[in-house]
Amino acid sequence: MSRIKRTFEQLKLDGRKGFIPFISAGDPDLETTAEIVVLLAELGADIIELGVPFSDPIADGPVIQASSQRSLDAGTTLGNILKMTAELKNRTDVPIVLFSYFNPLLNYGIERLVSDAAASGIDGILITDVIDDEASAISDTLAKNNIDLISLIAPTTTDTRLEQITQRANGFIYAISRAGITGARAESSSEAENLVSRIRRFTDLPIAVGFGISKREHIENVWRYADAAVVGSAIVTQIEKEKERAALLERIRAFTTSLLPKK
Amino acid sequence: MKHEPDEKGYWGDYGGRFVPETLVAPLDELTKAYFECRNDTEFRTDLSGFLQTIANRPSPLYFAERLTKELGGAKIYLKREDLNHTGAHKINNCIGQILLALKMGKTRIIAETGAGQHGVATATVCARFGLKCVVYMGTEDMRRQELNVFRMRLLGAEVRGVDSGSRTLKDAINEALRDWVTNVSDTFYLLGSALGPHPYPLMVRDFQSVIGRETRSQILAAEGRLPDILIACVGGGSNAIGLFHEFLQDDEVSMIGAEAGGRGEQLGEHAARFKPGAKAGVLHGTKSYLLQDSEGQIALTHSVSAGLDYASVGPEHAFLYDGGRVKYTSISDEEALSAFQLLSSIEGIIPALESSHAVAQAVKTAPQMSSDKLMVVNLSGRGDKDVAAVAEELGSDLGGTRLQ
Repeated sequence: MSRIKRTFEQLKLDGRKGFIPFISAGDPDLETTAEIVVLLAELGADIIELGVPFSDPIADGPVIQASSQRSLDAGTTLGNILKMTAELKNRTDVPIVLFSYFNPLLNYGIERLVSDAAASGIDGILITDVIDDEASAISDTLAKNNIDLISLIAPTTTDTRLEQITQRANGFIYAISRAGITGARAESSSEAENLVSRIRRFTDLPIAVGFGISKREHIENVWRYADAAVVGSAIVTQIEKEKERAALLERIRAFTTSLLPKK
Repeated sequence: MKHEPDEKGYWGDYGGRFVPETLVAPLDELTKAYFECRNDTEFRTDLSGFLQTIANRPSPLYFAERLTKELGGAKIYLKREDLNHTGAHKINNCIGQILLALKMGKTRIIAETGAGQHGVATATVCARFGLKCVVYMGTEDMRRQELNVFRMRLLGAEVRGVDSGSRTLKDAINEALRDWVTNVSDTFYLLGSALGPHPYPLMVRDFQSVIGRETRSQILAAEGRLPDILIACVGGGSNAIGLFHEFLQDDEVSMIGAEAGGRGEQLGEHAARFKPGAKAGVLHGTKSYLLQDSEGQIALTHSVSAGLDYASVGPEHAFLYDGGRVKYTSISDEEALSAFQLLSSIEGIIPALESSHAVAQAVKTAPQMSSDKLMVVNLSGRGDKDVAAVAEELGSDLGGTRLQ
């Protein structure tokens, strides 16, 4: 059983919902990223999404674009990210999902990626610009190595596609709360709840909702109808604000604590 | 050889759709609408009517008598896309796509532009058909092409500067895609070249293939036979595929696509995607040859011509390259600049810097051919927009001996 699956089963047993923070790997540098991952796990993250930086992130808003660029400027590579997660295995058992655009993975080589990712303790991979129609070859290779290819579903996804995507999906479903790019928004979307109930008609897989989730009330709202909430830009904004590592970790601790509903 | 993509939009290994899930439904809707129109008599009648009355088609096939004599080889014809309304081949595609947008009931048009030619053509058709128009343009390109920015605004378009990345075409496409993914329901993305996710490479090629169809009947009328060689510049590749496509099945017609060789061989100094050692990758929704670094990050590119200054190339070109049907060469900034001056002074035609790459290839190739051979060069745009930039590039040369 994959660690992602086990995590959601445990959440269900405990009667809890999941918290999935996203950070760009290598922003401001990979050593700090490792510290942030350990801290977020300690603060209650159930799964952590690590963004692989890309020069042309078309699905991302300004906050993650800038973060991705800072990471590239710091010299982050996919190979170094995997080295970092391999070392993290001794410090935390929180499941890690790589969140990437396709080209850096394609360039690394899919076979090589799968074997290195498996050896580095990666539990899932989500590829923003690989839709289901293109995913079959990759998902089969990943599945053989016990890595989940996480499927994205958008409010524009038709029922026909929902059926097709959920048949292949494993790990969890990532539901995009509204048509658009990543980034904090003042209001949470009512579209998301409709989307989640549409997805439920096709699969029993856990459903996480992301895009625009930036406040405690957004998380509480998502937890009402879905299995987990993904928070990205709101946390990344905290990273942008602080250069010094200890102060940065303190800032993330304070923000994440304020974000999470009291247990 | 197969010239239609498969149902997923692949020519061999190239093409497809690599987009966020949110865009799949609008792309499906677009594909369905396009295939309904593609063979619809009424749509085709409307299209050819507007190509005539708005774009001023057919464009002439012009015998370049003095250039032919100067080079002393093949007989050279120029396909005069520079004489189209708005000054380039871009308008052909814009008319086609806006008719489709109207048919689909879309009310807002977005586009990207590099040098501004596609932006101007898009703003023009939006003005003509009364649709709201937003054009994304890198702020570096806005600085270099102030006149086109003003022209678009005059035509009623909103020009949005893009300040991310290299602030050029690639970044403008990123931002247009972000807009589209956010405003899928009312917005039509009028993409300007034969690239992007399926069905764009196919659709743009179809709308541009009027260039090749006209060329065939014009050369048959003038010479009674097909040309021996076709030459076009290749940025995204829409003017080239527009000329080539009609002749792909004619084995006796050879073809050269001229890429931007820029100012050096190193990554970042050129936009020649088919240089030896080139590698495929995925950018802006399509799989094709792609200039990238060792980590799969998209490389910066350079060309004196903004319209060729792009890291990837249309997927059908990638397929034609692998199969050897079309030969791809690269032309340096310097060669293009000298062809720019040559054509201006010898034929009275100021070519766009993009098209100057095709002319420069003709300068190299024509002398190696005998005088009974026929060459067609696609003069994809006119050079008025480039005069100031060329003056800057040439410095004192422009006011110097050559033009005295």
